[in-house]
Amino acid sequence: MSEDAAKTATQADSPKPEPQAAVAAGLPLLRIEAVVKKFGTFRAVDRLSLDIRAGEFFALLGPSGCGKTTLLRMLAGFETPDEGRILLDGKDIAQVLPHQRPVNMMFQNYALFPHLSVRDNIAFGLKRAGMPRPQINTRVAEMVALVKLEGLEKRKPDQLSGGQKQRVALARSLARRPQVLLLDEPLAALDKKLRESTQLELMELQRRLGMTFIIVTHDQEEAMTVASRIGVMDAGRLEQVATPRELYEAPASRWIAEFVGEVNLFEGQVAPHESNRLAVSTRDAGTIFVAEPRQPVTKTNVCVAIRPEKVKLSRRGPASDAINATAINRLEGVVSDVSYLGGFTTYKVKLDSGAVLRSSMANTARLDIDAYSASQRVVAWFTPDDCVVLEQ
Amino acid sequence: MSTRNIFARPARLAAIAPYLWMALFFLVPFIFVVKISLSHTAIAQPPYTPVFDLTAGVGAIKAAFAALSTDNFRLLVSDDLYVLSYLRSLVVAVVSTSILLLIGYPVAYGMARLPARWQSVAMMLVIVPFWTSFLIRIYAWINILQHDGLLNRILLALHLVAAPVVWLSTDSAMYLGIVYSYLPFMILPLYATLSKIDPALLEAASDLGSSPRRAFWLVTFPLSLPGVGAGVLLCFIPIVGEFVIPDLLAGSDSLMIGQTLWLEFFTNRDWPVASAAAVILLLVLLAPLLLYDRLQRRQLEGGR
Repeated sequence: MSEDAAKTATQADSPKPEPQAAVAAGLPLLRIEAVVKKFGTFRAVDRLSLDIRAGEFFALLGPSGCGKTTLLRMLAGFETPDEGRILLDGKDIAQVLPHQRPVNMMFQNYALFPHLSVRDNIAFGLKRAGMPRPQINTRVAEMVALVKLEGLEKRKPDQLSGGQKQRVALARSLARRPQVLLLDEPLAALDKKLRESTQLELMELQRRLGMTFIIVTHDQEEAMTVASRIGVMDAGRLEQVATPRELYEAPASRWIAEFVGEVNLFEGQVAPHESNRLAVSTRDAGTIFVAEPRQPVTKTNVCVAIRPEKVKLSRRGPASDAINATAINRLEGVVSDVSYLGGFTTYKVKLDSGAVLRSSMANTARLDIDAYSASQRVVAWFTPDDCVVLEQ
Repeated sequence: MSTRNIFARPARLAAIAPYLWMALFFLVPFIFVVKISLSHTAIAQPPYTPVFDLTAGVGAIKAAFAALSTDNFRLLVSDDLYVLSYLRSLVVAVVSTSILLLIGYPVAYGMARLPARWQSVAMMLVIVPFWTSFLIRIYAWINILQHDGLLNRILLALHLVAAPVVWLSTDSAMYLGIVYSYLPFMILPLYATLSKIDPALLEAASDLGSSPRRAFWLVTFPLSLPGVGAGVLLCFIPIVGEFVIPDLLAGSDSLMIGQTLWLEFFTNRDWPVASAAAVILLLVLLAPLLLYDRLQRRQLEGGR
């Protein structure tokens, strides 16, 4: 039993964790420095660096096999980095054994102890920390109330529903008041409705406790819902670390634009500059005007990305835009596919060049006066501000 | 409703099958044994009286019933020879089962932690001895343990002993033979439960502050108890009634109940006493079986 673990588990009867030394000094709570993890010759995590601030809800998002779970397991101590440092509150914990870290994990399939009751599952970590019995009882009661499991304390995991198991797992991992809570695909086993309500509860809980949460997920909606910042991983590296909005509206690369949400992509070359905007001549969509990006474009071969909901359809195109008529991108084509999805409808428009443009429009009116039908000729339009230029 | 009927009937028949089997091949023979145990030995064919003859009429059958007595059981309880045999059988079974558990658990634990493709190899290695006849393997041990056997020659060659050691006809040889023969029956059920334990549970235990050793005692061991129970019973019960191994490897100064039973049956030709000894042996073994059954039932109920 490490003293640190015992201290973090027994101290702080207030729900918020104690202020941390490194945080007070202005450093991030968790600093991952050039961490490498190899399995044979395969680099699961490849010189990855990341700072996570105290009180953040951070999501690691990526396709399966991108190394996000390996990174999480290194934070928990189940894997040891081959290179690099992991600083928690200023101390390198890369080589510290899992049972001596002030970090707890909520496991993907919950890993509840089948031979122990709900109560004993939650109390497990507290007993290991040597907490006195009365305090354990108080803390368990507190946790049971926190995750709304009152009345189920004596049940065994087999006697619980999936949602209840998830709550027990959460309570068990929170009971020790870890400095950082790691969540490995915590909601993957729940059905869609329950998953959505649990996401909101998780956010609410994190805000109330003021704890640092790091969640690993392959579900971008989940990441965007719960997290204040998202790190997108691919092939062992971080592709972008940003807020959900930045990630979606200003993706750093073509890969991210395609990975996060739907996107229309047009490859092309940057034409000589005009004032405050770029003209990109594409094969599939002619010349597209794009607002000048914050970072100047250095290459000529680029890719223009437009999210489907930014593409508006109309029968004749917008009535002349008095301010800057020429700046509006207009593409003509024929509707090839219509999918009505309730809140919005997605259209596929076959452009005259043969390329397909996706558009999604909110169904703001109940009657279908605005709807377009297949094989109808339409004008698809979007403004330069709706486009993002990505270097390839 | 109709679909239920279609499936219900064969299902019910299938459920009857094991009971039918037990009745035919266990209960009926057992009733014979109980009846013989209540009879008297006689120099006749069969070697006991009374003999029930269903064709002799009601009066004769009533007389036969009246001739039954519990004399044999009284003899078994009063004569030291039998009581000591039972006690020795139980002691041998307890000691061997304990040794088996101490050896079998680590082996099964190690097997369960091997990489998947090595697990099947290890499993083969555990089962391979069954390909050779049990008797031949025991005779091989006699060969190894005898006065000028392999073991003594090795010990002499290494100058660990000055003169050949007497191994055969000792309790050590018997325990060696029993442990050697029963080890697979201990390892296999243990391996089956240990390999089913989710490794994430150990990670969870360590994440929550348990050292690997405590995680073993708090998680792995309690979850392996059904396997421990199965392995212990699978070894304990047949060892109590073991006859061949003590007969071939142990000395003749004290007998296990299996040997006593054999003597009564074949040497003394006293079928009634042998039968009574068998009935008592069964009653003795019923206790651990019922205990295990209750534990398992409690576990099932707890898990529902």
